[in-house]
Amino acid sequence: MQDILFYIFAALTLFFGFLVVVNPFSRNPVTSAMFLVLTIASLAGLFVLLNAFFLAAVQILVYAGAVMVLFLFVIMLMDIKEEERRRFKKFGVAMGLTAVAGLFGIVAKTIAESGVGAGLKPAFEGDTKTLGTALFSSGQFLLPFEIVSILLLVAMVGVILLSKKDLK
Amino acid sequence: MNVGLEHYLLVSAALFSLGLLGVIMRRNLLVIYMSLELMLNAANLALVAFSRFNNNLDGQVMVFFIITVAAAEVSVGLALIVALYRKRASAHVEDLTTMKL
Repeated sequence: MQDILFYIFAALTLFFGFLVVVNPFSRNPVTSAMFLVLTIASLAGLFVLLNAFFLAAVQILVYAGAVMVLFLFVIMLMDIKEEERRRFKKFGVAMGLTAVAGLFGIVAKTIAESGVGAGLKPAFEGDTKTLGTALFSSGQFLLPFEIVSILLLVAMVGVILLSKKDLK
Repeated sequence: MNVGLEHYLLVSAALFSLGLLGVIMRRNLLVIYMSLELMLNAANLALVAFSRFNNNLDGQVMVFFIITVAAAEVSVGLALIVALYRKRASAHVEDLTTMKL
């Protein structure tokens, strides 16, 4: 059952991811953003299959919720008709496809031949309680957690400054 | 056939390649940015898979921090794109080549 679900979610993730990058029917950034939401939702499904329930929830909340709303707001500020008028450059597309296919070939061959997962069983029960204990109680990740909160504050101040009309 | 670590890593690699293809091919700054998010998520998937199969929590904690930092990064990047768009009235990389000779 889990294996079938893995194949379904993996296929959905790659299919939607493909539609984000090269949608044959529409070059509209809004369509790309919508398919990115679907990609992230199917990735959250894969996270659930890997027993990372908290991360799946955070993925949906932060990415599909907050980040994508931000993206859509910015898209609405811009002229999206402009994108549809432009054509791809044939040379650029050919070069990009070659480079990416080469990279994927190398990585896939390495994964297949290294035997990285040989003998490893899916053993880890990464439920929310374990993650919370590791983050807050053990003291191992407490300092990075606080630093990240300061980073968020800095990002917030920076964004407000950057989006002011008259930057003085 | 049982789904193992290799399967997850292959999906992750394929997703990363798709994101890279988007960065190379697309000419709109916003779509390039979305492709970058795709690549980041591919790395997250690999980390969570490693965490599950190696019986170690550190991968999941790392992904937790990556998601937080990615949220901050997206907000700053989009603010930069908006500021650029105000100056140039274009979000196309072909129009933003001021340093080119």
